[in-house]
Amino acid sequence: MKRLLPAIAVNGLLVIAAILALAPLLWMVSVSFMRPGEADSFPPPLLPHAPSLAAYRELFARQGIGRNFANSLFLASVATALSLTFNVMAGYAFAKLRFAGRDRVFQLLLGALVIPGQVAMIPLFLMLKTLGLVNNFGGVLVPAAAGVFGIFLVRQYALSIPDELLEAARVDGASELRIFRSIVLPVLGPIMVTLATFTFLATWNDFMWPLIVLSDDRLYTLPIALASLSREHVQDAELMMAGAVVTVAPVLLLFVVLQRFYIRGLLAGSVKG
Amino acid sequence: MRGQIGSQRAGWLFVAPAVAIIGVFFFVPVLAAFVLSLTDFDIYSLADLHNLRFVGLRNYVDLLVNPLFWQAVGNTLYFVGLGVPLSIAASLGAALLLDSRLVRFKPFFRTALFAPVVTTLVAVAVIWRYLLHARYGLINYALGEIGIGPIDWLGDPHWAMPAIVIFAVWKNFGYNMIIFVAGLQTIPQDLYEAARIDGASALRRFWHVTLPGLGPVILLVSLLTIAGYLQLFAEPYVMTQGGPGQATVSVLYFMYEQGFKWWNLGVASAVAFLLFVLMLGVTVLQLAIGRRGGGP
Amino acid sequence: MSLRPSRRAALGQLAAGSLAACAPSGRDGEVLRFWAMGREGEVVQSMMPAFERANPGVRVEVQQLPWSGAHAKLLTAFAGGGLPDLCQMGNTWLPEFTALGAVERLDARVAGSQVVRAADNFPGIWRTNVVDGGLYGIPWYVDSRLLFYRRDLLARAGYAAPPASWAQWLEAMTAIKRLVGPQNYAALLPLNEYEPLLTLALQQDDPLLRDRGGRGNFQSPGFKRALGFYAEIFRRGLAPAAADTQIGNLYDEFARGYFSFYISGPWNLGEFSRRLPADRQDIWMTAPMPGPAGPGAGIAGGSSLVVLKGSSKKAAAWRLIEHLSQVPAQTGFWTLTGDLPARRDAWAQPALGGDPRAAAFRAQLERAKAAPQAPEWERIATEMQLVAEQMVTKGMSVDAAAAEIDKRADALLEKHRWMLDHNRGAPA
Repeated sequence: MKRLLPAIAVNGLLVIAAILALAPLLWMVSVSFMRPGEADSFPPPLLPHAPSLAAYRELFARQGIGRNFANSLFLASVATALSLTFNVMAGYAFAKLRFAGRDRVFQLLLGALVIPGQVAMIPLFLMLKTLGLVNNFGGVLVPAAAGVFGIFLVRQYALSIPDELLEAARVDGASELRIFRSIVLPVLGPIMVTLATFTFLATWNDFMWPLIVLSDDRLYTLPIALASLSREHVQDAELMMAGAVVTVAPVLLLFVVLQRFYIRGLLAGSVKG
Repeated sequence: MRGQIGSQRAGWLFVAPAVAIIGVFFFVPVLAAFVLSLTDFDIYSLADLHNLRFVGLRNYVDLLVNPLFWQAVGNTLYFVGLGVPLSIAASLGAALLLDSRLVRFKPFFRTALFAPVVTTLVAVAVIWRYLLHARYGLINYALGEIGIGPIDWLGDPHWAMPAIVIFAVWKNFGYNMIIFVAGLQTIPQDLYEAARIDGASALRRFWHVTLPGLGPVILLVSLLTIAGYLQLFAEPYVMTQGGPGQATVSVLYFMYEQGFKWWNLGVASAVAFLLFVLMLGVTVLQLAIGRRGGGP
Repeated sequence: MSLRPSRRAALGQLAAGSLAACAPSGRDGEVLRFWAMGREGEVVQSMMPAFERANPGVRVEVQQLPWSGAHAKLLTAFAGGGLPDLCQMGNTWLPEFTALGAVERLDARVAGSQVVRAADNFPGIWRTNVVDGGLYGIPWYVDSRLLFYRRDLLARAGYAAPPASWAQWLEAMTAIKRLVGPQNYAALLPLNEYEPLLTLALQQDDPLLRDRGGRGNFQSPGFKRALGFYAEIFRRGLAPAAADTQIGNLYDEFARGYFSFYISGPWNLGEFSRRLPADRQDIWMTAPMPGPAGPGAGIAGGSSLVVLKGSSKKAAAWRLIEHLSQVPAQTGFWTLTGDLPARRDAWAQPALGGDPRAAAFRAQLERAKAAPQAPEWERIATEMQLVAEQMVTKGMSVDAAAAEIDKRADALLEKHRWMLDHNRGAPA
């Protein structure tokens, strides 16, 4: 009985915290189903008077957000595939293969983590311009194809692969590529899911770089389209909230399904920033 | 012998694509950014590269006497100074609650509190712009119910940055919360038991067992958070467009305007490097403090 | 050329999400890419079907840019080679994009046109489109700043007609200030806007830049007169030393009598009639800017349409400009947006020409004067206002302020001078 009061306090506080954390998202969903103009009244309504899909219709039919959704989905998927390919190979090699200069190169890469990415943005823009990669998806994908964080993540995990396993395969005459494909990849499965989740979310949510690289509105990703929409449609709260739902819902869903992997990556990444 | 060579070749082949991409699309641009920051690359140079001049450190000198740049630095430090302690306090509080053995439905609460972290920054910034609306916003409505007069959150120069801080705390506290929860689990239970037997109150246990136990984690978390908060950009871009009256122009926002609004790429590159120096400085300072605090 | 826009659009939808979407797809018909800003970008879409009907084989794709990000977007697109075929452009941006070589010279097209004629346009506005002797833009809609004033308060202060000269204006402001008392003011000149001071400065004969645009000319007697008059309004307490962000609701304050004169643009015609209560609509009126001696000049503002140099469809783009320049299109656009037509003959429409409040703009536009055509001008004007603000709030002298503006302008123009010295083809 002595524990009852603290238990109520702890759980009560958590309920309040959860409400604070979720309220803006719930409000977003609620307003997205209101009729045009309904949210602009006082006191602010919490629930739609009569739920309506008007905002979504406007968003998809007139603002063409479906295209932006497809762009985001395509870019996030391809970036994830590229990042998996390159980072997993490199992460494994840095952990398990012995080659000249390995540690020095890895140290150099880790050093890059202290340089904010924005330093590279301007010259990168000029470089991609000469390569003809500005204002198309290539410009968004190329810098996302490999990253120090991803390599680091995979390397930490791959360190735990027992050397004997690899040696045994080598003695049997298996090529390094074969070893990688049939022995290493299955072991790295969980961390690959982690890396995939991270990359997908990061690409989906990215703002500053696509804002700079993409100038054609048919190529906009959801965040860019939403930011652009919000500068012209400030007064249309319902429309903007529907846009926010379309942008946020997929990543929230993905997170809820894969959170075990996501949180593992988060912890691994912060062991040694 | 043969395996050795095979491994050599394979190693390089395996890392080559990733290293090449990072080298070409990150290291080369970083070096180029430094070179660019020593030039006066502007729209005239964009039209014709012959109009590019080498100006040495002039961009840096000009920035250091430019009041608008200092205001951007000041705004950013204000955001960091207010936002980082608040974020960490919120994260730690939530982690302590989650770590309690008395919690029911722990996975639900963890997911709920973490949800804002994975949301798209631009989208939730848009949501908060409405929540913070001076007249129709829910936040002012709620404050009105407890007798606090309406605050023009995003329209008043004094309130705009605090409003962005509140938003950032909401958006980010879940991230560090997860790290703290993991950190809390590494503190041996017998330390708590011993303290309890000594009759220490919950507050004293927190002060003498939990905090010292979390020391290194707190240092790490604050480093990550400061580094992240120094890169403030999308929040003012979406919520205030740097206003009102420059009150929310951050260093990166300043860089974006110099670079992509006025096309002063030389100046913008210098801004990026000064931000880098600022970040490095804060990190070194933090590590020095951490070392002294944690030293024998 | 066969035209199947709907099929192509459907194909475009299908292709979205694949890399193919960004490669030019099969060309059945010409697709004209047209960028326009803000509300104009939204409204102009409704005018495209008429153009497409008149020009079989051409389809127009309008992209709307938010005003606040438009300048950055245009520069990025220029750098990345992603500019459209034609584009709306604030006429103060023209010198910059001309210096970049991004926009097409239009003299020959105008010479051969039945629709677009210089003589139909307000001369000052037309001149903003002429850079270095070449014509680069066609005025789409126009804009200037003039006086919005409280007719009732002015009458109660003893004046039946709005002031026409600086002396009359100062006299009227003093009388109103006496009438409304110490809590209120006679005028609002927001310290964060450069347009009021620029308007006064353009009313002088001295140019604002000298040495072929390579140096500031802010210590000229003319600019100092303008700056002195501006300072005097604040010194006498006729206007509050405040930015408009500190005013709260401008329209409520105007109705309350907090200020009686306000220098603003045509968009406020709509705002004042919408936001002031219906039974108080007769309190407000517009008047052309008073000048140093009699009616004065005003800023030549507005937006032009330009053809981009990189376009491969310049002829079709020009046809669209001609389409939007026709009188019905001009008046239709005014009805939908409230933007004032660039063509004088479009003003003949009674709803516009017969409205006395709009008529003041018509008079002002005849006296509109172009700001200096340097790519750096926007930033110079911003610095000018920052110094003027310091002058007002920190008690700097007019001479010191003028010298400081010159210093800042010269610093901003350093590269410009270097270009002139090295014959790098800088704009005049």
